[in-house]
Amino acid sequence: MGIAPNVGMNPFPGEDAGVPAGPPPHSPVPQLEATPRRERIGRWFNSIFRLLVTVLGFGILALAALFIIVLAQGAWPSLLKFGPNFLSTSTWDPVHSIFGVVPFVIGTLLTSAIALLIAVPVSLGVAIFLTEQSPTWLSGPLGLVVQLLAAVPSVVYGFWGFIVLVPYMRLSVEPGLQGSVGKVPGLGGVFGGTPVGTDILTSSVILAIMIIPTISSVCRDSLLAVPRHQREAALSLGATKWETTNFAVLRYASSGIIGAIILGLGRALGETMAVTMTIGNADVIPKSLFSQGQTIASLIANEFTSAGPGSIYQGAIIEAALVLFAITILVNVIARLLVGRVLRVEGGS
Amino acid sequence: MGRFVVDHLNAFYKDKQALYDVSLEFPEKTVTAIIGPSGCGKSTLIRCLNRLHEVTPRARHSGTISLDGREIHEMDAVRLRRRVGMVFQKPNPFPTMTVYENVAAGLKLEGGHPKNEIDQEVYRSLKQAALWEEVKSNLDGPGVGLSGGQQQRLCIARALAVSPEVLLMDEPCSALDPIATAKIEDLIFDLRKNYTVVIVTHNMQQAARVAEYTAFMYMGKLVEFDLTEKLFESPKEKLTESYITGRFG
Repeated sequence: MGIAPNVGMNPFPGEDAGVPAGPPPHSPVPQLEATPRRERIGRWFNSIFRLLVTVLGFGILALAALFIIVLAQGAWPSLLKFGPNFLSTSTWDPVHSIFGVVPFVIGTLLTSAIALLIAVPVSLGVAIFLTEQSPTWLSGPLGLVVQLLAAVPSVVYGFWGFIVLVPYMRLSVEPGLQGSVGKVPGLGGVFGGTPVGTDILTSSVILAIMIIPTISSVCRDSLLAVPRHQREAALSLGATKWETTNFAVLRYASSGIIGAIILGLGRALGETMAVTMTIGNADVIPKSLFSQGQTIASLIANEFTSAGPGSIYQGAIIEAALVLFAITILVNVIARLLVGRVLRVEGGS
Repeated sequence: MGRFVVDHLNAFYKDKQALYDVSLEFPEKTVTAIIGPSGCGKSTLIRCLNRLHEVTPRARHSGTISLDGREIHEMDAVRLRRRVGMVFQKPNPFPTMTVYENVAAGLKLEGGHPKNEIDQEVYRSLKQAALWEEVKSNLDGPGVGLSGGQQQRLCIARALAVSPEVLLMDEPCSALDPIATAKIEDLIFDLRKNYTVVIVTHNMQQAARVAEYTAFMYMGKLVEFDLTEKLFESPKEKLTESYITGRFG
């Protein structure tokens, strides 16, 4: 700016006479007058704005880095003492200061996996009903209710789970499961033990209930985004209602649906309160679905007050937090790769 | 096979009436064009013919439509739509499917076709849609990877693959350039040997080029229906004459 012999910007062309690239002195003054005020202010504002958003953008990176650094610092005593053994052992003994994170990793992954297993089909069903089957007067209000359910605080779900779901699971569902599928050879172990109500299965069910609204409302949005001409293309080929949904709608929306599932999974992995209130909080590897257990999130919630500052115990809890952080990132990355692959395979648009 | 008779048809969207007492006959194995200004009910009329009109929420109709003597609303809508294919204004191949899968889609939906039969039908349909030469080396490529004109011919092939008797075309060239349009028009001209074709178009030259019969609609009413030549050269109605001479529309 200002370096190039830009005559257009110069109201006094006579002064530029010596510049070789400039026009001959007798040439008329070009139409462009001095930069208008609005334009100058705009340019000034533009650079300020760019600086601002750049700072904000890098600020997020800095925050993430700071977060990891502080966690790593806090976890240092534990990192030093246990090294990689922290990730491969399953004793969690604050009294003798021996810590291994395996039970909680298993608890976290297991409850989230079961929750997804329950929640995904239900959510898909809800979303399909809302967008494809429900009469118009019903789909609006019903969709709103689903979205409202996603906003219920987790402690409310947890409390409801503790006073309603836990006894029901203990008295009806779990003995029922033991008496039926538990009898199938090979599955006895999975449904073994005395049903206590506060266990892996119950907290998985609570998690499922919590992520169903999230997954179904995101799924609903991506089904709504399928253009009408896709549905009509299937219908005009002689597809039934269900075939249209399966053929044109679900396939078109598949990446959005996978995104919804990832979102639900992310919520399930990190959910703390409701799980803490229903999982039984036992620091051991669960032996069956009816075992009490612990997720990383519930471990932290349960024990963060009992560990002294700077102690190895506190270090171990902070390291567990780091592990949860890593699991969440890993799951997200894997899921994203999966989405990319699905899209490539299907040659999506 | 493929003779449509429309009798005193009224169609509505919610409280708005889109068609007023339309009666006409689409003769079999001919191309009939429906022309008229935007919003005159052309699309609504052909969407009634394959009962796609009733899919729109709160849409309804009165009057009768029969296909080869049978009232279509007494038939199974799914079966009717297999006999009456449709091509839409915007090319709408299924984006998650390959060229081959797109054409085979209707047969897959029907079920019960062995692989070699599907192969044959895909070949025949692509050939008929004048697309085979351009895609034969790329059958496994994505359908949406083709150009706009190719995508539209792909959609025509997809409609032809289930061997319908009637092909409805709702402004099939309005999103295409002149070269692609010319290809589709040639194709429509060939199709009339085997199919009853009903084409909605904005383009009067197009109607004159491809259609043996032309219907002119205005404000939801059928104004005139005649041999294309007669309609364009000696229209009976004043309204038709003003429209085709470009005085409005």
